[in-house]
Amino acid sequence: MKARKHILTVLIYILLSVWGIMVLFPFYWMLLTSVKSYGAYNSEYIPEFFTLAPTLENYIEAFTAVDLARYFLNTLIFTVVTTAIMLVVIVPAAFAFSRLDFRGKNAVFTLFLALMMIPNELVIITNFQTITDMGLRNTFTGLILPSVTSVFYIYLLKENFEQIPDELYKAAKVDGTSDMKYLLKVMIPICKPTIITIVILKVIECWNSFVWPRLITDDKAYFLVSNGIEEIRENGFGRENIPAMMAAVVVISLPLIVLFIVFRKKIMEGVSRGGTKG
Amino acid sequence: MKKNGFKAWLYLLPAVIFLGVFMLYPLIDVFVYSFEEGYNSASQTYYGVGGYNYDYVLHDPYFMQALRNTFILVIITVPLSTGLALLISLALNSIKKLRMAFQTIYFLPYVTNTLAVGLVFMILFKKTAYSDGLVNVLINLFGGGSVDFIDGPYWAKMFVLCFYTIWIVLPFKILILTSALASVNETYYKAARIDGTSRWRMFTKITLPMISPMIFYLVITGFIGAFKAYSDSVALFGTDLNAAGMNTIVGYVYDMLYGDSGGYPSYASAAAIILFVIVLTITVINLMISKKKVHY
Amino acid sequence: MKITLKNLTKRFPNRTKNMPDVTAVDNFDLEIPDGKLIGLLGPSGCGKSTALNLISGLETPTEGKIFFDSDDVTDVPPELRGIGLVFQNYALYPHLTVMQNIIFPLENLKGNKKLTKEQMKRKAEEAAKLVQIDGLMERRPSELSGGQQQRVAIARALVKTPRVLLLDEPLSNLDARLRLRTREEIRRIQRETGITTIFVTHDQEEAMSISDLIIVMKDGKIQQTDKPQKVYDDPKNLFVAKFLGTPAINVFVGSIKHGKVFIGDDPVMPVKGIENRPVYVGIRPEGFIPDENGGLKCKLVGVEVMGRDTSIISNHYALEGETIRAIVDSDQAPDSESGEIRFSVKPHKLFIFDKETEERIYINNED
Repeated sequence: MKARKHILTVLIYILLSVWGIMVLFPFYWMLLTSVKSYGAYNSEYIPEFFTLAPTLENYIEAFTAVDLARYFLNTLIFTVVTTAIMLVVIVPAAFAFSRLDFRGKNAVFTLFLALMMIPNELVIITNFQTITDMGLRNTFTGLILPSVTSVFYIYLLKENFEQIPDELYKAAKVDGTSDMKYLLKVMIPICKPTIITIVILKVIECWNSFVWPRLITDDKAYFLVSNGIEEIRENGFGRENIPAMMAAVVVISLPLIVLFIVFRKKIMEGVSRGGTKG
Repeated sequence: MKKNGFKAWLYLLPAVIFLGVFMLYPLIDVFVYSFEEGYNSASQTYYGVGGYNYDYVLHDPYFMQALRNTFILVIITVPLSTGLALLISLALNSIKKLRMAFQTIYFLPYVTNTLAVGLVFMILFKKTAYSDGLVNVLINLFGGGSVDFIDGPYWAKMFVLCFYTIWIVLPFKILILTSALASVNETYYKAARIDGTSRWRMFTKITLPMISPMIFYLVITGFIGAFKAYSDSVALFGTDLNAAGMNTIVGYVYDMLYGDSGGYPSYASAAAIILFVIVLTITVINLMISKKKVHY
Repeated sequence: MKITLKNLTKRFPNRTKNMPDVTAVDNFDLEIPDGKLIGLLGPSGCGKSTALNLISGLETPTEGKIFFDSDDVTDVPPELRGIGLVFQNYALYPHLTVMQNIIFPLENLKGNKKLTKEQMKRKAEEAAKLVQIDGLMERRPSELSGGQQQRVAIARALVKTPRVLLLDEPLSNLDARLRLRTREEIRRIQRETGITTIFVTHDQEEAMSISDLIIVMKDGKIQQTDKPQKVYDDPKNLFVAKFLGTPAINVFVGSIKHGKVFIGDDPVMPVKGIENRPVYVGIRPEGFIPDENGGLKCKLVGVEVMGRDTSIISNHYALEGETIRAIVDSDQAPDSESGEIRFSVKPHKLFIFDKETEERIYINNED
């Protein structure tokens, strides 16, 4: 009986380790390939699992042969501005739903919830037309505008705001605190953890966004990293320079991996509270 | 407290404007587009109203191919990823040492750029003039012949696509299921152990019913997500998915909208609505089944 | 400052559709004298918190007026009324330190009332000293005990030197020992500052122990306004009699027949000038005297020795409620714990109430 249990435990650890390797291996491989020299990589018919002569030449190549730095900067601008505008849009909305009393509140909120069910694929067609008609293709405005609202985050924040006891609002009212000051000085600081979670999830979403930027930009000056990678894949570094490609992939993946390591708990909590992928 | 309607609407204004312009209006508009025949996006004119766009899309071999690819992808990846996630979560839940480390590692694909890591998968599976790629080397090691998974036979390409899709969606499912398993009250297991219940019975009679709502949640979101597959395919096979024979419905929509074969928002709208109807139908069926099977 | 309420009424729309409005505060006519500590007492849901919210300005009345001294403040917003408010759950801002919490109301002052950072700090320190938390200024609410949080809440309410201090169930979240200490503390602070203070509670003992004046409420209506001892000794109706005192008053179904008070068929006491009618008879626990010749015949159930006093538990067929609890001196305790026990009654501990209206029928046996 005890021996059987022992074997089971060993099997479980083996299973878990196998999947762990499956997950980690692509990351290892990209890192490994990115430090192999072009010549060395192409001469390996059977790929080596180690390299004894690591080189940074691919990283230099990645930043010089294609405009990786620009894609990076574009994505940074896109992410920061989109997230900032999103906060300005969703925080007041969540505040209105949770704290203020007005006619039609329930109807509007129900409509908001219904919008949560609408897939992006359905509305992207018209948005593409709208942005094109407005002459906003290949602009940051065009990239950012359709990405700033998220009904789901309004909902998440509203739920959190509602957990703040009523008495706090009454106390503030008695002291003559305006609604705006109450929102800024009391509600936002108290709900900081949720807001940080929302910001992180939005940053991940922005950093990885591909479809919308692909539709709306064909000028490389406005490419985001995803489009940059696609461009590299299609047109390469002149020749099939896999190590340089992998160097670019490492550079692009790194920010989110660092973000994940730093905010591991927050991200996993946030995602299990209702984030989905795609 | 007085009703302060005006102020409330002021706070809501930004959200209402953005949602109105970029969600509500497009939602109505896409239906309008899909029935406008011969719409020309340059002149913004059309010459009729009717079902021609749907007719065209449903007779387009590229659409049928995309439809077939999407269905195969859905049918393979949804049950497989959910089952695998359940297995891994159960394994995770039964250990104490290294649990957090494994959980962290498993979550990693969630935060990676689909396009970027897709490139890594491509080079792992691709057969080039220089090298057969690592996967083929492994196959050779076990006595098999090399296969080009990226430019080769259809089943090989589908295999890579499914594999990559599962790799990408698993983190979310494992996370949801491990927290669902962790929230099952210990006392149920204690009581069952005192009654001498076997492990298998505990799993089927206690664990599974208790986490069934979460499993159904994952199946439903899994279906929806898999039907909307696109980026994974682009990451592996490039943007010209029709040529690679690996297009998906969403890919078809975007190709119709923009790209080499683009400029047909009406066809794109019709295809998007067909997709929406399929997803809606499957979701409704799922919900009906889950009503019968989920115990609370 | 004197507070005057005139015909004050607050009605809320009913949650269930097509049902009449709920009247939370019904036609309050009241004068609250300057510088006193007033206990607003009533069971939960009787409208006392609504009354407090009306005085604070958080709610606007449906009808009636509120005066602070001679100023009509009915339509004045809360922040301009000069009030301090303390909540049951303290409502401290969890992300701010004690100091920041106390300063918070001062930061809202505008115009010529605006204070410099230094002035604010000094005022906050004064308030903190008054409630004896001056050593905790840099802590956050989560690092404080319940009693300390309560003091911070009071300091925050006092820092603007309000004209009125309103306390909404301020002791309910404290444990029994702290409750005793804190209520003495509130008494002391009120005496020191001389601010008119209204104190909402559902705990009659709490209200009795610290108030100068008690207002008893039920179903939105004022039942009685008097000094604590007077409310206990001289309740205006059955509700007030039942609500005050532990152990509670013993209520019997009885009648007045031919100048005598009867409980069931037992004659208890002579009365003058009341015609024959069915009544409720209330007797305070300390109003019973074990007496072999007493008129009230009860069935003994048990005896509880409590040191100084003894509590005799017995039963009577005309009793409203479970058991009769009589509190007597230890030397008067019966020997056995079962059988019959007879009581005579102290006249001033016996109240008679109309059977229909439950209003008190006053006895005048003096002459």
